[in-house]
Amino acid sequence: MFRTLVEILRHGLKNRSFIIGGSISLLFFLVAFLSYFWTPYPVEDINIADKLLLPSAEYLLGTDHFGRDILSMLIKGAGNSVIVAFVAIGIGIGCGVPLGLTAAAKKGWMDELIMRFNDFTFAFPSLISAIMITAILGPGSINSIIAIGIFNIPVFARVARGAALSIWKREFILAARSAGKGRFKISVEHILPNISSMLIVQTTIQFALGILAEAGLSYLGLGTQPPMPSWGKMLNEAQTFMNFAPQLAIYPGLAIALTVMGLNLFGDGLRDVLDPKLRRSR
Amino acid sequence: MSKMKFIVTLIVLTLGIAINASSVMAAKDSLNLGMVLEPPHLDPTAGAAAAIDEVVYANIFEGLTRIDKNGVVKPGLASSWTVSEDQKTYTFNLRKGVSFHDGASFDADDVVFSLNRARAKDSVNAQKALFKPIQSVTAEDPHTVVVTLSQPTGSFLFNMGWGDAVIVDKASAEKNKSNPIGTGPFKFSKWVRGDRIVMVRNDAYWGTPAKLKTATIKIIPDPAAAVSAMMAGDIDAFANFPAPESLAQFKSDPRFKVVIGTTEGETILSTNNQSGPFKKLKVRQAIAHALDRKAIIDGAMFGYGTPIGTHFAPHHPAYIDLIATHPYNLAKAKQLLAEAGYPDGFKATIKLPPPSYARRGGEIVASQLRKIGIDLEIIPVEWAQWLDQVFKKRDYDLTIVSHTEPMDIGIYARKDYYFAYDSPKFQALMKKLDATVDTKARYKILGDAQRLISADCVNGFMFQLAKHGVWNKNIRGLWENSPVQANDLTQVYWIN
Repeated sequence: MFRTLVEILRHGLKNRSFIIGGSISLLFFLVAFLSYFWTPYPVEDINIADKLLLPSAEYLLGTDHFGRDILSMLIKGAGNSVIVAFVAIGIGIGCGVPLGLTAAAKKGWMDELIMRFNDFTFAFPSLISAIMITAILGPGSINSIIAIGIFNIPVFARVARGAALSIWKREFILAARSAGKGRFKISVEHILPNISSMLIVQTTIQFALGILAEAGLSYLGLGTQPPMPSWGKMLNEAQTFMNFAPQLAIYPGLAIALTVMGLNLFGDGLRDVLDPKLRRSR
Repeated sequence: MSKMKFIVTLIVLTLGIAINASSVMAAKDSLNLGMVLEPPHLDPTAGAAAAIDEVVYANIFEGLTRIDKNGVVKPGLASSWTVSEDQKTYTFNLRKGVSFHDGASFDADDVVFSLNRARAKDSVNAQKALFKPIQSVTAEDPHTVVVTLSQPTGSFLFNMGWGDAVIVDKASAEKNKSNPIGTGPFKFSKWVRGDRIVMVRNDAYWGTPAKLKTATIKIIPDPAAAVSAMMAGDIDAFANFPAPESLAQFKSDPRFKVVIGTTEGETILSTNNQSGPFKKLKVRQAIAHALDRKAIIDGAMFGYGTPIGTHFAPHHPAYIDLIATHPYNLAKAKQLLAEAGYPDGFKATIKLPPPSYARRGGEIVASQLRKIGIDLEIIPVEWAQWLDQVFKKRDYDLTIVSHTEPMDIGIYARKDYYFAYDSPKFQALMKKLDATVDTKARYKILGDAQRLISADCVNGFMFQLAKHGVWNKNIRGLWENSPVQANDLTQVYWIN
């Protein structure tokens, strides 16, 4: 395990997008981690007297319309994004991967059933289905996690099934089958380890999409609820201030763009590193 | 492909020209008025939503009397009236030659029908209390109506000017929700749900005809969209602009006029007096001491608003300044909370309807109450949910709402109202008020009533909503203040 990590790092450090994306993502996760213990100012505290201040030594990025420290809100918002995206991706992997593996292992009507259901879910743009789900369950952090999680399920199911199907044809699987191993056992013991690199790459990309979806839902008022700050909500609140306090929108906008870009670059880099075929061709 | 592009461009251009042409030609006698809330329907006699009156009052429907822009009672469909010695019999002389928009003629029978319908047992009128003193309504002749009251009622003529007391025609009354037929200077033309309501001038109007040929009310719920719509000229006027933070920007723009006026909107932290800890007077007192009104007004309304200490409009002569009874004092608030048995505070919910005074105000209130240990969970709700859960089912702890009806302190006497405030003392005061005609005596009773609800801390009294009017500088005749819920467009015109 440790050796594979070292191996990945050794190859990764030669890859530019891995380095840039990795550092941005690392910074993002560190900030998010920090937010659970410390922020420069408490984000729930509204201090109207200090509203709409420009950046200063006291407030590094200035304050919003309630006099809250923008830097603290960004930090807390990062933490919030990570939790939402993390749990949502967990739901996606937890349900999607077993479904995909089952489809690949059983084939036949089971495969059809799972994949057609996937197509059905895919037919709705992800944000629309998330809005639909939060509209039914009611706005809130937990419901937005569920919504984002649900539209992640077909993504992982599809990736897992596609990758698993190509592995199922390989000879060592045939060997395992002739040794009498059942489909379930083969899926867990042989297929899963062999498709894990693809799943990891997909995870980083879905993570970025999850953050984007969370920001989108919060922007619409369906995601994170006050007083918990969220990047999307900050953007929404900044709208009517655009003409005279554009910084209110610029900071969270930049944070979202940078994080999503970082995670995507990292995902690209990771794919290059993890896929031996691609590596050899370079 | 290029042919396709050409056609698309052509269509876009034509559309653009068509839209421009229509707006240039119609600029002089049409008005686009922006409104934040869409009315649920258009029958003012069957709903409490202020948005209904804001569309139809004085424009489509008229009552026996009407309330003008200064809050003064003026003749409406009744050209004059006489009041008997004992203040119990009102004789209304009706205007002649008045007809409804569908051609039906207006006479005394319509008045009898409308008033009897509103005060009937099965009436769905939202303000039935207005009609309670009426004992009988009779048509003396086609142009004279006699209303007999069970007791002298000082505010009767004012009450008859409310949107809830408008005169409707028997034949069309049931369809007024979707196709309102009144006697006013504007006729209802069409309603595109979620977008706009169009009214056109009624050329058969009995009085001074309206100067505008068409008036379109556009529904723009989003404050940011409201700013853009004003800037782009899609909207000519907003009687009450939803984003107070943008007012400075409009003030500095020579195209617009910003008029800050008064409203009858007491914005309060409504409290469910029967729910958990809020049953205790000391808890409610603690909340009153923990509210920093200045911060709420500055934060939620950008300074536009007048602090209040009771449920009464500060510009009314009977208003008493009671802010000092519960000054902002956290130590006192904490002490009261401890005395009530909650030294460590407690958890509760606050349901917030969509307007920014509620959503922003709610965040600020939650932050202020957290300082004394009351941990509020913020639950944003839509208006329909608010009306259902909070207003009807009383399923709430706290909420923020602006009570925009004029002279509505009487709601505290209704024990089944959503505050769940049951005070026999207050109910007795209101009974006494109803029976008092002398203005000075009335003001004294109103003062006592204000003191009582302030002492009982029924709700957290926060501020009087200001009216942030923003309109094109060439428009004249819009109301600066709003003494009743109305957008009276009858006198509106463009100067060029």
